[in-house]
Amino acid sequence: MELFRFKKDIPFMSYGRLTTTISLVTFILSVFFLASKGLNLGVDFTGGTVMEMHYAQPADVNRVRAELAEMGFHDALVQHFGSSHDVLIQVPVKQNATGSKLSDDVLSKLKTGDASVEMRRVEFVGPQVGKELFENGAMALLLVSLGIVIYLWIRFEWKFGLAAIIANLHDVVIILGFFAFFQWEFSLSVLAAVLAVLGYSVNESVVVFDRIRENFRKMRKAEVTEIIDNAITRTMSRTIITHGSTQLMVTAMLFLGGETLHYFALALTIGILFSIYSSVLVASPLLLIFGVSREDFIKPEKSEAEEVLP
Amino acid sequence: MNHYPLWKYLLIFGTLVLGLVYALPNLYGESPAVQVMPLRAHLKADSALLKRVEDALKAAEISPEVLAQDASSIKVRLADIDTQSKTKDVLQAQLGEDYMVALNLQPRSPQWLASMNALPMYLGLDLRGGVHFLLQIDMKSVLDKTLDTSVSEFRATLREQNIPYAGVTREGNSLSVRFRDDATRGKGMAELKQRFAGMEFNDKDSSAEFRLLATLKPQEEQLIQKAALQQNLTTLRNRVNELGVAEPVIQQQGFDRIVVQLPGMQDTTRAEAILGRTATLQVRMVEAHENPDSRDYSPEKIQAAKNGMIPAGTELLYSRRDGREEALLLSKQVVFTGENLTGADASIDQQSSGSVVSVKLDVKGGIAMKNASREGIKRRMAVVLIEKGKAEILTAPTIQSELSNRFQITGMRNTEEANDLALLMRAGALAAPMEIIEKRTVGPSLGADNIKRGFDSTKIGFIAVALFMIVYYLVFGGISVLALGANLLLLVALLSMLQATLTLPGMAGIALTLGMAIDSNVLINERIREELRNGVPPQTAIHVGYDNAFATILDSNITTLIAGVALFMFGSGPIRGFAVVLCLGIMTSMFSSVLVSRAMVNLVYGRKVRLSKVSIG
Repeated sequence: MELFRFKKDIPFMSYGRLTTTISLVTFILSVFFLASKGLNLGVDFTGGTVMEMHYAQPADVNRVRAELAEMGFHDALVQHFGSSHDVLIQVPVKQNATGSKLSDDVLSKLKTGDASVEMRRVEFVGPQVGKELFENGAMALLLVSLGIVIYLWIRFEWKFGLAAIIANLHDVVIILGFFAFFQWEFSLSVLAAVLAVLGYSVNESVVVFDRIRENFRKMRKAEVTEIIDNAITRTMSRTIITHGSTQLMVTAMLFLGGETLHYFALALTIGILFSIYSSVLVASPLLLIFGVSREDFIKPEKSEAEEVLP
Repeated sequence: MNHYPLWKYLLIFGTLVLGLVYALPNLYGESPAVQVMPLRAHLKADSALLKRVEDALKAAEISPEVLAQDASSIKVRLADIDTQSKTKDVLQAQLGEDYMVALNLQPRSPQWLASMNALPMYLGLDLRGGVHFLLQIDMKSVLDKTLDTSVSEFRATLREQNIPYAGVTREGNSLSVRFRDDATRGKGMAELKQRFAGMEFNDKDSSAEFRLLATLKPQEEQLIQKAALQQNLTTLRNRVNELGVAEPVIQQQGFDRIVVQLPGMQDTTRAEAILGRTATLQVRMVEAHENPDSRDYSPEKIQAAKNGMIPAGTELLYSRRDGREEALLLSKQVVFTGENLTGADASIDQQSSGSVVSVKLDVKGGIAMKNASREGIKRRMAVVLIEKGKAEILTAPTIQSELSNRFQITGMRNTEEANDLALLMRAGALAAPMEIIEKRTVGPSLGADNIKRGFDSTKIGFIAVALFMIVYYLVFGGISVLALGANLLLLVALLSMLQATLTLPGMAGIALTLGMAIDSNVLINERIREELRNGVPPQTAIHVGYDNAFATILDSNITTLIAGVALFMFGSGPIRGFAVVLCLGIMTSMFSSVLVSRAMVNLVYGRKVRLSKVSIG
């Protein structure tokens, strides 16, 4: 079976203006939402307490809210979580708060209301830890970006490294833009997903770049745009199938992985979808802009020898 | 052209078999178990203890599945959770407080696997349930205390040496000593320099005053902080023992933090209370005892006290050594407490070359000790540790001479005993203040749910990918799926072998790496198809396909590896688990998607000289 068979190379590069516009618009929108709405940072980064409670009967969120208000937590966020029996309580960090003991107090208070309540999960993160996790996250992002640029530089050429990292950071910004727009909770595991996407989607650019390099050697008469079009067209089938396979796994996680993995899988999904787009339609036009040429790869005398090979 | 030398097939086969063996324990799962560990250093988990456990079980008519002894504990594996809790109660009652009896899980794998050290994957707290604490030590207060102590020590030194000074005060992070003239300052500096090697001294003159500024050397600060951290670790270890948790993790993180993980622990309130408690150490004079070599020898008083005639202001306590009990009548007046204790270390005495415990006290403790010992030569002094509201005499040595803030407790039979005593004394000292800055609790039901969710998503995802690959690439797809299976096998084996902590994001990592690993096979298969389309003969197409795809596979895996390594370096807790799986998964996928799949392709197609068609869809 074959799903994708392209008789002729698709002139991707001639769509340059369109794709660049699309990229630019999504990118600017993402930045706009990031700036205006901001990320809904989870407890991991802001500090505070999250409690997941399980009731034997369907839980009454309003009563839980009232009980918390009695304790003085008027700004606590209470909502159903997964099922009607489960309640998620979030209490932001406050100065002079009881810190780690808060969850114990809340549990005993809720127990007086309904003895069947059971603590499923508690996360307390002190404000200084939250700040550190955030800084470490930013460091990791920076390090991954630098690492990839350096690797691609060594392996290919600086133009490729730069093009790939711009394309993929564009993915990262778009994922963040989605999280800002929908105000989905941005937690540590989402950050992990974002970084994994960064590493993963660079793959995509690498595969295309590999082909471009190969084409520069093989298609000696072709124009640069033809070479890039050919490289993209011939890797298209592989791109879609690979991403499809990875997406199958991620979709299973999205629906079966439970609440904890939900946003993790969601970030991966957005990342995978956009990485197809960006590696093909962002990274390659960027290469053109940076002025990639045959001379970047082939020293004239060397290419003569290679021509003899089958 | 498409065959490997025999050694390569054997290597691949061998690796897969090894992977299978080490992945196997995960299939057997775990059974409830009870673990018995001695809490005192002189007690051993030996065959005698094994016999006691065995007898106790027999008496209670409990038949364990496995009863085994290892280096530090006795493990009893049981059929179900009910028997487990019953066994725990029986053993705790039988063995008393010198042993910790903890609930645990034990792998159900057969003996031959266990003897190869093949264990199931180590599950993180989010999968098995439990509590994770991150505690931060208040290092500033540790340094403050040191400086405050130094103020009085400076004064004492200068007074002893008859060096006139105008005053010693603390100014921020330094101590300032004022002198009347330059000459006395010189003398004072020489003397102080000699006594306080960990400090740096500088002259500082200001309006008609000759001042000396002393600050802690950076390496000294580090030493003090390190010691505080060590002491807190020790104290926490002792307290965690009390909680009866099997396989607790107590680890240093950074220079001022400690991670405590208590798998299976549910009662966080109790855990927090016990971790945060300050044990108390008291040193009190002995009023009466039964040892004729020391003062206050009075078996009559002890006898009377045992009969209930306890004089006012005293208390009857027992000291246990070698299983023998000694009754001692102690004054209720406290000479000094753990708060005054700044150090207790086991060492070897230079003169007698016997094991001793060297004790260091702060100034207040030193003065109290001096007064008590001056009047109490040949009397006995008891070191009492009060934990859980229960007092226990650690030791009751006889005072040999007037003592100050540094003295030794001699008469230890061996280094082990000295270590034990030093450790217990330190446990009683007021540790540096700590604050819980992170807490994560996962209930057991959520842990089980998480395992199921992680497992289900991996399973469904795997099946979906497998179906697609077979439909799309036929025989080559089948081979790719087998290679993917080998990848999963090797990854699980590697995780089990390394005993890396598997978390829920880690399970997601397994699923994700499988999804990404198939990329390599897709690359190869697409290449082969392309070559075939270009009219290349099948054998050559296979060969060229694998060769050409390899460079790309390498590149793309390395970029993901970079992301994995960065996540590992900067991630914490569960995220680190994800990073470990990601990195290991990349390595196993390189092996399986390139070598394993190629070996299979070779075995299927490589032999035929005239291959006219391959099944690649």
